[in-house]
Amino acid sequence: MKYFLQLVLAGLTKGSIYALIALGYTMVYGIIKLINFAHGEIYMIGAFTALIVGGALQITTGLSPLTILAISLAAAIFFSSGYGVTMEKIAYKPLRNAPRLTALISAIGMSLILQNYVLLAQTSDFLPFRSMIPNFPFLTPGKSLVTTTQLVILITTVVVMVILTLLIKFTRTGKAMRATSQDKVMAQLVGIDINKVITFTFAVGSATAAIGGVLIANHTGQINFYIGFLAGIKAFVAAVLGGIGSIPGAVLGSLVLGMTESFGAGYISSAYEDVFAFIILILILIFKPSGLLGRNEIEKV
Amino acid sequence: MILTFPIMVIKVNSYEGVVLWRWKNLMWIGIGTFFLSWLWRFLLDRKENGPGESKPDADRDGKFSLRKALGERKVKIPTLAVLAILVLAFPFMVKFYQVGIMTSALMFVILGLGLNIVIGYGGLLHLGYAAFYAMGAYTYGLMYLYWGLPFWAALPLGAVSGAVFGIVIGVPVLRLRGDYLAIVTLAFGEISRLLLENMSGFTKGPEGIAQIPRPGFFVKLSLQGATTYLFYICIVLVLFAIFVIRRLEDSRIGRALEAMKEDDIAAQSMGIDLAKTKLITFALGAVWAGMVGVVLAAKTTYINPGSFTLMESVMILVAVVLGGTGSIPGVILGAFLVTLIPEYFRALADYRMLMFGVALVVMSIFRPQGIIPRVRKRYLVGEDKS
Amino acid sequence: MSRTILDINDFSMVFGGLRAVDHVDMHIDEGEIVALIGPNGAGKTTLFNCVTGVYTPSEGNITVAGPNSEIIRTNGKKPNKITELGLARTFQNIRLFSSMTALENVMIGRHPKLKAGIFGAIFRDKKTRDEEERVIVDSLKILKKLNLAKYANEPASSLPYGAQRRLEIARAMATEPKLLLLDEPAAGMNPQETKELDDTIKRIRDEEGLTILLIEHDMSLVMSLSERIYVLDYGKLIAEGSPDVVKADPAVIKAYLGE
Repeated sequence: MKYFLQLVLAGLTKGSIYALIALGYTMVYGIIKLINFAHGEIYMIGAFTALIVGGALQITTGLSPLTILAISLAAAIFFSSGYGVTMEKIAYKPLRNAPRLTALISAIGMSLILQNYVLLAQTSDFLPFRSMIPNFPFLTPGKSLVTTTQLVILITTVVVMVILTLLIKFTRTGKAMRATSQDKVMAQLVGIDINKVITFTFAVGSATAAIGGVLIANHTGQINFYIGFLAGIKAFVAAVLGGIGSIPGAVLGSLVLGMTESFGAGYISSAYEDVFAFIILILILIFKPSGLLGRNEIEKV
Repeated sequence: MILTFPIMVIKVNSYEGVVLWRWKNLMWIGIGTFFLSWLWRFLLDRKENGPGESKPDADRDGKFSLRKALGERKVKIPTLAVLAILVLAFPFMVKFYQVGIMTSALMFVILGLGLNIVIGYGGLLHLGYAAFYAMGAYTYGLMYLYWGLPFWAALPLGAVSGAVFGIVIGVPVLRLRGDYLAIVTLAFGEISRLLLENMSGFTKGPEGIAQIPRPGFFVKLSLQGATTYLFYICIVLVLFAIFVIRRLEDSRIGRALEAMKEDDIAAQSMGIDLAKTKLITFALGAVWAGMVGVVLAAKTTYINPGSFTLMESVMILVAVVLGGTGSIPGVILGAFLVTLIPEYFRALADYRMLMFGVALVVMSIFRPQGIIPRVRKRYLVGEDKS
Repeated sequence: MSRTILDINDFSMVFGGLRAVDHVDMHIDEGEIVALIGPNGAGKTTLFNCVTGVYTPSEGNITVAGPNSEIIRTNGKKPNKITELGLARTFQNIRLFSSMTALENVMIGRHPKLKAGIFGAIFRDKKTRDEEERVIVDSLKILKKLNLAKYANEPASSLPYGAQRRLEIARAMATEPKLLLLDEPAAGMNPQETKELDDTIKRIRDEEGLTILLIEHDMSLVMSLSERIYVLDYGKLIAEGSPDVVKADPAVIKAYLGE
């Protein structure tokens, strides 16, 4: 029974991280119909930024761990959004009217650039990441069941989800985002500056991915330039599973994927853990390409 | 916009444990990005305001008059003859090491041509091409391991297994388009590799299969001899590939492929069976990878799943995109660039992937048709204006 | 009594909650020129899409006359199969193969009538070679019929607008259809071009023995060309008959002009 619960928690945790990344994928796809291959690298950059800033602060200053965490998080969000927005301006904006194939290739190129940029600027080793999240004393009895970092991840994800939903439903920018994703031309005609909307979408998507990156780094204790790639693919699978373009879908899909991986690895075989994501992807695209919560896109003939 | 660039720079600086401040980098990057952003904006403006620069039929452009010149019989035949002599004599003119490299380059050319069928003619973005490559290699490897199959028998089998695998992968993705197709083919590529790694009982997992024999020429050949032999085999394969593709371009099936690429709904309305055409495209493209896989196994005598990663697929993609999708000379050029530049510029080896990434982005934005774009065939129809 | 080429029986098309076409009955007989008209959004192109296999009808039956005059139900068949049965179409927003030449576009139209497969392509046996030669000759002939011969080697996207529309028709004709479905062939044309189109359609109907079903908004063209008209509004058939009858039908007038 205990094992089962542990698996559940592990699945939820994984799912939450995937959710944070998947949100970015789904929002960007909803707005410009492009799968941002390089999104996973943003997540990775978030983690690295936090490592660097946090590490530097830890050594050179004597600030409390919580403060360092806060600053690192802020830095990670800031820089990741910066990268995300710049990436859009360089590699995607010029191709907005180009055939999808071309834009996709550009995205792949961007992913390579970011990965190798970090690789070259830092190192290819796994860098240890000292967890900045202090242990909450009230959790000690349940230590074997749920660790502090897991709890923090879950809570943070929920908070982010709520904020995002409020943002999209109730603010003017949110409405603009929804309008642009439904019909770019009309949105422009009613006066929405779609460039700003797209920039904003990238910024927000990158921010959530950055948060995911920071959290996962704290949780697993080590990072390396390649984590973005694998996590990115899985988060993408999650977004497609839930229905690409749908935000609740991204979350649902992520949780399902996280749980499947956790249970699959726990009960079947941990060697094949990564394969599950791919198999799910293929199955979903064959049987229900619009995903669990998505809408069927009918092409106008 | 220029502002965001310098900000990113600061990230480059510190190290964990010991804080290492690399201020010098900061300066370089600041200057570099300043220039780059200027250049970028300039190029973008030019792209947007001056289309109609590159017309494929232009007679004025220097590069294209070369093509026209080569078209003339008088020039073409002697050039080909000289080329043929150079190629045939090559292994005897240079150090043995170079032969090995050239062979690898040629293998890459064949891979590029194969992938080009799928992407350049069929318009299906395939990111898991390395899986077919692996199929071919493992066909030979495993067949040798379990049944002692010799090279020449393995070669056609490699082609067949490539085609079969192509169809196997093609069936589930028939209904997918564009982005989804790309991701799923990528997934298939990765799954194949993971399966190869994990099914150790059958495929020998990560250790791979060793001691795969080289082809013999009636007698067992030395390392030198065998590699040279493979060099010539590759030349033949390249010529074969070019031959088949040329024939394809000018045929009913070839036209169906292109129609499907341009507008699949209109193509369907013209009686083209999309499912069948897509499967043919995948199979036709995969056949080459299968054969090259067998060649790889024979050349390095050792294969393991690690040689067939996503990176391989991406590199082949870069060769095609860089050189020119849908253009045979383009892909050949692209393949050579991708394999030979890292070899001859060893100093830049670390930057290899980074440069490929940059190449992809830059080509996509400024020259999506590649370095040597496709030139369409002109039909000589008696233009009697009745 | 000429035979019926296309028969649409109690056909409806439902998308989610929306009934785009509602219990429509239509038939087209051999050699006719029939028009399908109605305000925008009435469901005309949807009907076309269902007949040509792009969508599967939700209810009802669509049948065509087969090569031996047998009745073949086309619900759910793929578009390429339906083209093989003798129905070809053009598109509301031109869907030419833009980077291919006019000649190549028409050559693609010949696809269902040709036989060569991969082996033919690679080995180029005599049969294939002859077939390829004929394709070029036949395609050029079709281009000539529609006054497009001079554009043979030009990329389709560079043709003037009227020529592009004609090229779509040429391409559809290359499939040797019995029934040609034209979706707003005169859209965007000036009166001169429209008159030429009028003549062209009549000519190809007479010379090639085709049957024509067209969707059109240009009323003068419709009245001049068609022998029978069906009027669709909000997915329902509100009138049918000869041009004079339909012109005077109060329901039709109301649909177009409002109350």
